[in-house]
Amino acid sequence: MSDDLVKTIFGRLSIESFPIHEPILVGTFAMVALGGAALLGALTYFRLWGYLWKEWFTSVDHKKIGIMYIVLALVMLLRGFADALMMRAQQAIAFGGNEGFLPAHHYDQVFTAHGVIMIFFVAMPFVTGLMNFVVPLQIGARDVSFPFLNNFSFWMTVSGAVIVMMSLFVGEFARTGWLAMAPLSGLDYSPDVGVDYYVWALQIAGVGTLLSGVNLLATIIKMRAPGMGLMQMPIFTWSALVTNVLIVAAFPVLTAVLAMLSLDRYVGTNFFTNTGGGNPMMYTNMIWIWGHPEVYILILPAFGVFSEVVSTFSGKRLFGYTSMVYALIVICILSYLVWLHHFFTMGSGASVNSFFGITTMIISIPTGAKIFNWMFTMYRGRIRFELPMMWAVAFMLTFVIGGMTGVMLAVPPADFQFHNSLFLVAHFHNVIIGGVLFGMFAGVNYWWPKAFGFKLDKFWGTVSFWCWVVGFWVAFTPLYVLGLMGVTRRLRAFDDPSLQIWFVIAAVGALIIAAGIGAMLMQFYVSIRDREKLRDTTGDPWNGRTLEWATSSPPPAYNFAFSPVIHDLDAWHDMKQRKAERPTEGFRAIHMPKNTGAGIILAGLSTVFGVAMIWYIWWLAALAFVALLAVAIGHTFNYDRDFHIPAEEVVKNEDVRTRALQSAGV
Amino acid sequence: MSADTHHGHAADHARGHGHGHDDPHGGAAHGSRKGYWIGFLLSVLLTAPAFGLVMSGVITDPRLTAGIVMALAMVQIVVHMIYFLHMNTKSEAGWTMMALIFTAIIVVIVISGSLWVMYHMNLNMMPQMQAEMSSAGM
Repeated sequence: MSDDLVKTIFGRLSIESFPIHEPILVGTFAMVALGGAALLGALTYFRLWGYLWKEWFTSVDHKKIGIMYIVLALVMLLRGFADALMMRAQQAIAFGGNEGFLPAHHYDQVFTAHGVIMIFFVAMPFVTGLMNFVVPLQIGARDVSFPFLNNFSFWMTVSGAVIVMMSLFVGEFARTGWLAMAPLSGLDYSPDVGVDYYVWALQIAGVGTLLSGVNLLATIIKMRAPGMGLMQMPIFTWSALVTNVLIVAAFPVLTAVLAMLSLDRYVGTNFFTNTGGGNPMMYTNMIWIWGHPEVYILILPAFGVFSEVVSTFSGKRLFGYTSMVYALIVICILSYLVWLHHFFTMGSGASVNSFFGITTMIISIPTGAKIFNWMFTMYRGRIRFELPMMWAVAFMLTFVIGGMTGVMLAVPPADFQFHNSLFLVAHFHNVIIGGVLFGMFAGVNYWWPKAFGFKLDKFWGTVSFWCWVVGFWVAFTPLYVLGLMGVTRRLRAFDDPSLQIWFVIAAVGALIIAAGIGAMLMQFYVSIRDREKLRDTTGDPWNGRTLEWATSSPPPAYNFAFSPVIHDLDAWHDMKQRKAERPTEGFRAIHMPKNTGAGIILAGLSTVFGVAMIWYIWWLAALAFVALLAVAIGHTFNYDRDFHIPAEEVVKNEDVRTRALQSAGV
Repeated sequence: MSADTHHGHAADHARGHGHGHDDPHGGAAHGSRKGYWIGFLLSVLLTAPAFGLVMSGVITDPRLTAGIVMALAMVQIVVHMIYFLHMNTKSEAGWTMMALIFTAIIVVIVISGSLWVMYHMNLNMMPQMQAEMSSAGM
C-alpha cells in the first residue's frame, strides 16, 4: 500500500502511536485489559447486558441517570487518584540526581490528566449526578423537564471521559497543564495529538454539561410542586438553581475559547499564537472567565448538601434561610467579577489588579456568612453525628483554612510570591477536596438510603472518613510549607535535598487517602452485602425535612403518586408536624416518558467523530458527523415517546408502601 | 396555585394529572403578521445603512464607521428580541426578562472587563517587546 493511501485511511495514527516501549503504560494496559475482560465476561456470564441496556443505559429516569453520573465520577476518581499517587511518588524520590521513575514526557501528561479528570470527570459528574437525583424529588416533580436530553447529556459526558481514557493507550495526552494555556497548547509548541485529545474530550463533554444545565434550570423553574414558591424551595434546590445558571452562562465561554484554539490548530488561524497578530494572553483571560465561575459551579452544590445535612442532623430549621439564598445569588454575580485573580502576575498593573483583588475579598463575605449560618444551625441543636454530619463538620474546619489561604492569594502583591507555587496547589486542593469532595461524600452517605433503600455501613464509613480527613492534611500541609519556601508547581525533579522530607510526608498523606478510598469501596461492598440488616422501610431514615423523604426508598419510577402540595419551607417536616395522611386510594394512571437508545447512540457517534478529528482521519470524521446528524434528525421523528403506568400498578406499588409503613410502625 | 392550600387530608396531594398545574402568567406571547412586518422593515432600515457606510466609504475615519455599525447592530438586537422573539416583561411570568437582564449584565462584564484587562496588558508591555510583536505580526 502506498504511504498516501495509509495516511488517507489512518490519518496520523500509526504503529508508533501505541506506547509499547513504555513499561508503565504497557503494565497499566495489561491490568485494564484483564480487569475489563473480567468485567465484560462477568456481565455476559450473568446475562446482565439486556438488563443494563433496558433498565439503565437507555433510561430517562432522572434517578437512574443521577446514579450513573456518580458511578462515572467514582470510576474516574480512581483513575485521577492513580495519577496523583504517581506524582507524589515521583516527587518523593526525584532528588539530587535521582530522576525518579517518570520521564518528563510522561510526567507532564500525568499532571495534566490528573487536573482534567478530577475537575471535568470527577467533580462535575458528581455534582451533576447529585443534582439530577435529588432536585426533582425535592421539588415534588416526576422527572426533569427534558428526560431524553438528560440521558443524552450523561452519555456525552461519558464520551468525553472515554476519549481522555483512550489517550492513555493510543497516542498521548496533553502536556500543557489542565487549562492548556496558549501559546504552549498551540500547534507550534504542541504539534502532537495530546492537546487535540484535550480539546475534543472537553468539547464533547461540554455539550453534555451545558444541556444538563439547561435541563435542570427549566426543571426548577417550571416543575415545582404546587405551593412551592421560590422561597419555599429547599436550599439544595436553590444551590442547584444558581449552579445551573452559572453553567448556562459560563460554559459557552469555554466552548468558544476551545473552538478558537482548535481553529488555530486545525485551520491555521492566529487567535492565540505568538505571531500573526495573535494574542495568547487573551486565551488566559477567556479561559478564566469560564474558569472562575466553574469553581462556584463545583462548590455551590456542596454548600447545598451541607445546608441540608446540617439542618437535618441538628434537628432544626436551617438558620438564616433567606440570607443563604441571597448569599447564593450574590456569589452567582460576583463569581463573574474575579477572574483576573488567577493571573495577577501577567502584568495588568496596579489599577486592574487592585480591582480584582478587592472583588475577590468581597466574595469571601457571602461565603463566610454561610459558614456562620451552618454554625448557628448547629448551635443548641440536637446534633446526631451520623456519617453525613461528620463530613459536614470536617468540611467546615477544613474549608475555612482553604478559604483563608484563598484570601491570602487574593492580595495582589502577595500573589506575586504565591503564584504558581505549591502554596496555590495546596490552596485549591484544600477547597476542592475539603469543600467539593467532602460535600459529595456527605451527599452520597445522606441520599444513599433514598436511592437504594438501605443505609451505608457506619464502621467502614468512619474508617474512610478519618483516612480522608487525616490523609488530606498530611498530604497538603507540606505543600503549603513548600509553597511558602518558593517551590513551584509541576516540577519533576529537585536539587535541594532539604526539601525531600516534605515531599515524603506528602506522599504518606496520599497513601492515607488511598486507604480512605479503599475503605469507601469496602463500605459500599459491605453495605450491599448486609443490605437486609441496613434496610430502611420508612423512606425517611434520618428524620428528614425536605420532600424527597416523603416518598418510599427507593422511590417509584413516578416519584410521587400525587403531586404534593407545599405549605412551608421544609415541606416534609411540616407534613409530619401536621400529621398529614398519606393518600392510600384514588390512584390514577401516570403519564411517563419512554426509554430511548438515541442518547447513547448519539454519544457513541460523537466519540467516533472526536477520535477521527484527533487523528486527522477525515473520512471517518465526515462519516460520523453525517451519521450524527441523521440519528439526531431521525430521533425527532420518533413520536412514540411516552406511556402510562397503569393505575393498577400504581395501586400495587402504593399498597406495598402502605404495608411497609405499617410494619415499620410509622 | 394557592387555591387549594387550605383543605384537610388530601391537602398535601393535589389530585392532578402529571405536572399539570398551569401557571396563570405562563406562556410566551405570539406575534402577529403586522408585528413581523414592522420587525422586518426595521431590520432592513438598520442593516442597509451599515452596508452603505462600509461600501461607499462616506466617512473616512474607519473607527467612526465601525462605531456607527456597532450601534446599529445593537439597536437591531433589540428589534429582533421584541418583534421576532416576542420578548416582553410579562412572558413566562417575567423569567424571560430576568434572563435577559442577567445575560446583559454578564455580557457587559465579560466584554468590558476583557477590554480593560487587555488594554492594560498592552500598555504595560516593554517597548522593545511591542516592537518585536508588531514586526513579527506583520
